[in-house]
Amino acid sequence: MGFFDKLKKGLAKTRESLTGKIEKLVLGYADIDDDLLDELEETLIMADVGVKTTEKLMQAVRQGIKQKKINSPDDLKPFLEQTIRDMLVSGTDEVRLAAQGPTVMLVIGVNGVGKTTTIGKLSAYYRGQGKKVMLAAADTFRAAAIDQLEIWGQRTGAEVIRHEEGSDPAAVAYDAVLAAKARGVDILFVDTAGRLQTKSNLMEELKKINRVIQREIPEAPHETLLVLDATTGQNAISQADLFSQAAPISGVVLTKLDGTAKGGVVIGIKAELSMPVKWIGVGEAVDDLRPFVAADFAKALFEK
Amino acid sequence: MIFEGLADRLQATFKKLRGHGRLTEDDVNEAMREVRMALLEADVNFKVVKDFVKRVQERAIGQDILATLTPAQVVIKIVNEELTALMGGSQSRLNISSVPPTVIMMVGLQGAGKTTTAGKLGLALKKQGKHPLLVAADIYRPAAVKQLQVIGGQLDIPVYAMKPGTDAVTIAKTAVPYATAHAADVVIIDTAGRLHINEELMQELKSIKAEVKPQEILLVVDAMTGQDAVNVAESFNGDLGLDGVVLTKLDGDARGGAALSVKAVTGCPIKFVGMGEKLEALEPFYPDRMASRILGMGDVLSLIEKAQDVYDVEEAKKMEKKFRKDEFTLDDFLSQLQQVRKMGSFEQILGMLPGMGNLKKQLDGVDVDFNGKEIKHVEAIIRSMTSAERADITLINGSRRKRIALGSGTRVQDVNKVIKQFADMKKMMKQMQKMRGGRKGFGSFKMPFMH
Ligand SMILES: Nc1nc2c(ncn2[C@@H]2O[C@H](COP(=O)(O)OP(=O)(O)OP(=O)(O)O)[C@@H](O)[C@H]2O)c(=O)[nH]1
Ligand SMILES: [Mg+2]
Repeated sequence: MGFFDKLKKGLAKTRESLTGKIEKLVLGYADIDDDLLDELEETLIMADVGVKTTEKLMQAVRQGIKQKKINSPDDLKPFLEQTIRDMLVSGTDEVRLAAQGPTVMLVIGVNGVGKTTTIGKLSAYYRGQGKKVMLAAADTFRAAAIDQLEIWGQRTGAEVIRHEEGSDPAAVAYDAVLAAKARGVDILFVDTAGRLQTKSNLMEELKKINRVIQREIPEAPHETLLVLDATTGQNAISQADLFSQAAPISGVVLTKLDGTAKGGVVIGIKAELSMPVKWIGVGEAVDDLRPFVAADFAKALFEK
Repeated sequence: MIFEGLADRLQATFKKLRGHGRLTEDDVNEAMREVRMALLEADVNFKVVKDFVKRVQERAIGQDILATLTPAQVVIKIVNEELTALMGGSQSRLNISSVPPTVIMMVGLQGAGKTTTAGKLGLALKKQGKHPLLVAADIYRPAAVKQLQVIGGQLDIPVYAMKPGTDAVTIAKTAVPYATAHAADVVIIDTAGRLHINEELMQELKSIKAEVKPQEILLVVDAMTGQDAVNVAESFNGDLGLDGVVLTKLDGDARGGAALSVKAVTGCPIKFVGMGEKLEALEPFYPDRMASRILGMGDVLSLIEKAQDVYDVEEAKKMEKKFRKDEFTLDDFLSQLQQVRKMGSFEQILGMLPGMGNLKKQLDGVDVDFNGKEIKHVEAIIRSMTSAERADITLINGSRRKRIALGSGTRVQDVNKVIKQFADMKKMMKQMQKMRGGRKGFGSFKMPFMH
């Protein structure tokens, strides 16, 4: 063995021990990483991501560590963020508009999630684009729900089609569709009464509203938006599941993200039921509506 | 739904351990993993779960396993007891002032159900002979005042509102002397929903509190609330000092872990639960039932009570005997259907029973979820049968089916369907019968940990 070789070998040893040390250091961190992993897991659970989805995500992280995609603790969060972002991004989150005639958007969800307010905000949004908007007061059940929508109509310059309180919501939807067609409306929003997804008679009512709209405009509703409250925990999955059985959902609106709730349950909804989130609500004012940006959402999950 | 009951899961975890004399640390640790999962899936707050599991773990290790209980049963029993205790042992009532009026303030996040609950509470108090006044202090949400006015109108309870532009504090402040002047002895103030981090609006509540000095500040919490429930409860409690909690929307399928979280961070008792949109649907809170529900063990007790509400006891006993002796006829079927409708959908009822998950799956193909119209159909069909046919469906052959269809104005396939549903129901009743313990009556549904 020549001198240089010897040296090289000697150095190799040093190098080995050096890199070894570094690796150990990382491993040492990886030990701390157990804590760090726990902490991440906790963050996800606290964001309402849910046990199952959190487990899936943590598995991805462990895989990432094995495959050396995660080499230091610093890589952990960005990796998770990216994973969540990828899960949430989907090709179908464009809003579907009618090629001709009115676009009908049906807005559904459990009680108090923010359906009517969201319609108010969306109405303002499309009015801002110069569209002619109409609102159908098909929540004929809750006290003063019609007046509430009427106020949003006045605020945003949209005509409101209304019947008596207690009347058939499908009839309101029907009248509204006819009126929208007759009056050259661009977008018709149908507000519905809040209902728990387990009430089969109310789900039947929703199906009927859907059918009536479809009968008048075969490709309508062009959008069926499920409104979810970000404060909601794992029940949101049941909501998404059961509502979609009554009316095929094209997108989710996640409201009340201006609070401290993170709305992480939509990750599970996306993973299990593949529903894109299209809008987020960030306040009660007319302009407190934003398009959903997966990257921002993923990032916010880890913010304290 | 996605979740199978904790009882079943623990049973599986412990299968291999049957016959141990004493719970070892390993046994308990394994079981606690399942308990932890169950609680988290029920939306109990992470930190609350952590503390809880630790406490139960300590208590469970070293426990004797009695001859009559499996290890899983021992663990569930302990978990259930601890959970019930944590949620507040016994029921607690409203603070009623000795000098009227009693002032109650409803507070909470947007959409939690404050306005409806204010109405429900008004009705409940009215039924107790009180004279409530509802106060419309939500000046922000469009038509919120109108909503309370409509509810007040439905209940025939006066509503105090002021002209638009009046601030909430003034409304609340002037409502109290108004109540005194008009012989109202309870003032229920409906406030606007607000985020716990909105300082300005939280200040508004503090000012109202300072002015009206309420006996009760009730936090209204949606049963579907997730992990954030602790932050919300902590803030409201810190700013206002809560006296109680109302848990709403419990008529759905939410497991309601928020109840535990809120109780754990505020120490406030949960005083009522909202069980529906109707204004009568306000019930006292039962910690033991909530515990079973959070654990996914079925809301057995609630079901029993509901059943007792709807059924008269004699009738129920008679039916049970009929099931047992297999003497259940189409006539009984019809009256059962009508009863069951009053309790909720069939599916919901099954959901409330422990160990019914599988049965529910089996029944998925079977259309047992009758709506009102269908019941009318069923009724017409059964009424078109002769009494001999009703007593023994095997008599009903093809030509009889045609006759029955004609008589009831339905189609033969409708008749077939009813007969099939009846047969299915009988089958189901038999299965339920098997799951029952030796004791009689509705109280005898066997809990999974009583195997
Ligand atoms: N902070 C906040 N509040 C919101 C948001 N969206 C809606 N809200 C509030 O939530 C409450 C309920 O909103 P609604 O629009 O009436 O909800 P809904 O789903 O139509 O309710 P029902 O028709 O009663 O089922 C109102 O006080 C709204 O102002 C949001 O993004 N952030
Ligand atoms: Mg509404």
